[in-house]
Amino acid sequence: MAGNRQRTPLVTVALISAAALGYEILLMRLFSIVQWHHLAYMVISLALLGFGASGTLICIARSFFERNILAVLYGSAMLFAVTAPGMFLWVSSFEFNPDALLFDLTQFRLLAATYFLLALPFFFAANTIGVALICFPQRIGAVYACDLVGAGVGSVGVILLLFVVFPVCALAVVGAIGFVAAGTAAVEIGCRRRTAAVMLAGILALSTGLLTPAVGTLPVSQYKGLSRTLRVPGTVVETERSGPLGLVTAVSSRVTPLRHAPGLSLAANVEPPEQVALFVDSDNPTVINRFSHGKGELSFLDYLTTALPYHLRRPAQVLVLGAGGGQDVLQALVNDARHVDAVEMNPDLVALVRDEFDEFSGHVYNDARVRVHVSEARGFVSRAPDRYDLAVISLLDAFGASSAGLYSLNETYLYTVEAIGRYLDVLNPRGMLAISRWVKNPPRDNIKLFATAVTAARLSGIQEVGRHIVQIRGWQTSTLLISRSPFSSAEIELLRSFCAERWFDVVWYPGITPSEPNQFNQLREPYFFQAAQKLLSIDAEAFVSAYKFNIKPATDNAPYYFHFLRWRTVPEILALRGQGGLPLLEGGYLILIATLIQAIIAGAVLIVLPVFLVAKRSDPVRAIRGKLRVFLYFLFLGLGFIFVEIAFIQKLILFLSHPLYAVAVVLTAFLVFAGLGSAASRSLVARLGAGQIVLTATLTTALLSLFYYLVLDSALAWLHVASDFTRITVTVLAIAPLAFAMGLPFPVALARLSERARSLVPWAWAINGCASVVSAVLATVIAIHLGLNAVVIIAALLYVAAGHLLPDPKVVA
Amino acid sequence: MLITGRLTVAVVAVILTGYVLGVRGNDDNRAQQRDAMVEEIENNVVATRAYLDKEALDPRVMAAMRQVERHRFVPERQRPYAYLNRPLPIGHGQTISQPYIVALMTDLLETQPGDRVFELGTGSGYQAAVLAEMAVDVYTVEIVEPLGEQARKRFESLGYDAVRTRIGDGYYGWPEHDPFDGIIVTAAASHVPPPLLGQLRPGGRMVIPVGSPFLTQQLVVVTKHEDGSVTTRQILPVRFVPLTGSHDNN
Repeated sequence: MAGNRQRTPLVTVALISAAALGYEILLMRLFSIVQWHHLAYMVISLALLGFGASGTLICIARSFFERNILAVLYGSAMLFAVTAPGMFLWVSSFEFNPDALLFDLTQFRLLAATYFLLALPFFFAANTIGVALICFPQRIGAVYACDLVGAGVGSVGVILLLFVVFPVCALAVVGAIGFVAAGTAAVEIGCRRRTAAVMLAGILALSTGLLTPAVGTLPVSQYKGLSRTLRVPGTVVETERSGPLGLVTAVSSRVTPLRHAPGLSLAANVEPPEQVALFVDSDNPTVINRFSHGKGELSFLDYLTTALPYHLRRPAQVLVLGAGGGQDVLQALVNDARHVDAVEMNPDLVALVRDEFDEFSGHVYNDARVRVHVSEARGFVSRAPDRYDLAVISLLDAFGASSAGLYSLNETYLYTVEAIGRYLDVLNPRGMLAISRWVKNPPRDNIKLFATAVTAARLSGIQEVGRHIVQIRGWQTSTLLISRSPFSSAEIELLRSFCAERWFDVVWYPGITPSEPNQFNQLREPYFFQAAQKLLSIDAEAFVSAYKFNIKPATDNAPYYFHFLRWRTVPEILALRGQGGLPLLEGGYLILIATLIQAIIAGAVLIVLPVFLVAKRSDPVRAIRGKLRVFLYFLFLGLGFIFVEIAFIQKLILFLSHPLYAVAVVLTAFLVFAGLGSAASRSLVARLGAGQIVLTATLTTALLSLFYYLVLDSALAWLHVASDFTRITVTVLAIAPLAFAMGLPFPVALARLSERARSLVPWAWAINGCASVVSAVLATVIAIHLGLNAVVIIAALLYVAAGHLLPDPKVVA
Repeated sequence: MLITGRLTVAVVAVILTGYVLGVRGNDDNRAQQRDAMVEEIENNVVATRAYLDKEALDPRVMAAMRQVERHRFVPERQRPYAYLNRPLPIGHGQTISQPYIVALMTDLLETQPGDRVFELGTGSGYQAAVLAEMAVDVYTVEIVEPLGEQARKRFESLGYDAVRTRIGDGYYGWPEHDPFDGIIVTAAASHVPPPLLGQLRPGGRMVIPVGSPFLTQQLVVVTKHEDGSVTTRQILPVRFVPLTGSHDNN
């Protein structure tokens, strides 16, 4: 129990909370560089259970924690500071290979070790906060407020930090904050050797900065594109740039040319020019082609499927979405475009092409005909200054990966029905939209794109859609065109000769006959043509639902274009294991489900364990009845809070037109205003009573989140031309009352528990910790299957239910 | 002294016999494992036959798979798994493919004894050795020096004289020995190098596995016709029909 000389360790809690949330975001970044982001997602979700584990431990050994407040606070903060950078560096040295998980059981040992080691920093961080909650019961509202505000500041802080330093340095900063928190704990709690303790913490904090250079470069997995490229003799890293959207590595080769030209026609007798490859997070290169404005230098571009639109019409105004290293821009320029708007979200990619490799690239981004916009594609299109003859999106998976690094799910707002509709809106009456993608076999990606195109074209009022769409493919890439005006027969002739000269296959054009497709690049059946035919017929719906992969068009409500797996196909694929059938499984979704199952099991163990240990001492039936209410209350709050947060981040990516803004603004606003709510909880309870407060707060949360959801789309349409500042201000103002209400129910109930049943306070903390982990994964699963709207509705119901479950002090006592 | 001397001899003799027997036992064991592996491949082919348009792979391919000691092509640590039907890491970000895939690729090349085959990406050297067992002259190029060097030594010690190796850039093929009857591109290439296609004999075939180092998504067979035109076939290694019902019934 806290003594009189002790101050509540509010600063310590805020610092540790900031460092822990910063660490979580940073881990996502770091794992995206050394491994793959879906793995990061799985590992970090589970590591966060360290929070739940801490609650469980405090439950079991509460009296020890109460007797040794300073030792626990000081020690936990110190251990957090050491383990946060230390465990990541250790884990990243494992030779872990997620691809091998499917057939190599030893990989599971490494995975389990990774989970355990990365849970440690979160466990120590949670100890600090948990101890503050149980030892200073009269200040629960304030402690929880500092926890939330600290987390809010930490999340935006680390994003800002990543603009200026490399992730490894940010890791050192997180460690240093841990040491500083140990120092503040010594000051706030007070002890005999206070000065020595503070000095030790200070010295350690400063020394983390000195140790950073010793870490050197990150140990990137040997199977990532960058590692493999660097094994080629003569390849060197020219330069690296780091930002919150990704680590960009520019690689050139003095001996063996890089020659990146995916989709090059087999009829081509030309080679790509000298190139510099730009790897984002050590994979998915986009290239800068050397260009000195000589004739024929870039003739290989004419042998890609992406050259098709330039052979059908002469587009003068071109929009390139996801410009990367500038290849699509060059393609437009060599085809005599008069003006190109090049949109690229990652400022580091743009800076490299425009500054460091300006001359190499033939000044492509400084060309008088080119205007470069650092912007997210959808955001740019919603405010596009011009109308275009051609809008281009080519093989943007690198673009997508750079945006996914931070919020590691596979959502993309580039290929939804609404997105294609907006792209069509910015075209001239004879304008075309060209989308190129990788060809996947068995076919799914390109067919889904075709389905999306058909749906979007119909919605934007195009009649006889089949006359407005053409699609071609090589063995690697495929290009789809949608035109606002029907394709003429002269254009169709040009398309046919374009394909015949390059040995590309026609998939669809108005007037195609069944004998034409599948000539040069033969599949067992003309699958692509069959699909196109079906998707344009009245049988479209039946075809989509009978297909073995999910080819239903993605929407803004469920923006999971890359989700192709269907449950009913899984047994068939598993049966084909011996014949190399496993690549048919699309890992991302299964990892999501595996993560959910793991989180539920581990969370259940952590929550149930202390109940058994405590129940022995009193009447178990009564104890459990009272606890069930406590359990459900904190479970619903934990789930609901994260559901609302995630749904709003997702929805506001489009409104704020940038995933970074969305994450930073929404997270910070939610956490800070919820923190204020928590801080105000004590005085509000004193005036109105706990029951009244919780009921009002939960009902307000439910109604406000539903209301925002209903008006969000119209607000989006209404405010899309407003400045960034206006939209951010509107967002923060809208979140403020909602988050304030969301900050109340947790500390109010916790304070009530601490009056009558103190042993349950750490248990509630454990439940909240576990529920938050499960809910983050569960929200994504729900969004994939039912859409983001469903996530909000469920969150509202959870809050309403929680409002009626506020633990009764008599029963829990 | 005498007794000690005899004892020593006896002990050495026992150890040596044990060693020789053990090695023999090991070799027999490995041959059995290879047989089991080949049998598994045969079963997989039967399951996939409708998709491969054949009942079985070329018996010469299966004989070669039975001959080549795959365990000699993997790092020491991976030897216990050498005859499992799965890809194994060989370092440098590379793998040795799943035996079933190697068998399929070799079969798809449709080589005859005396044919010349160019391989872009030697890797462990296993694929080249399988072809060499089929009396094919193999010209293989590896860009990662330690891998190429290791493979060269392996071919030497195992007596694969028909395999010619080179370390360097394979983009331009091996013009001194073109045209080739078959070409295998196992190195991660973003496209088919035009010079390689030029060195393929009309009527010849090129096989390209597509996918990540551990998971082969599909095999692409490029056929060069007598008139110089080129077509590809994209083959899934498994029997998998994406459409439910519809064309199965047709």
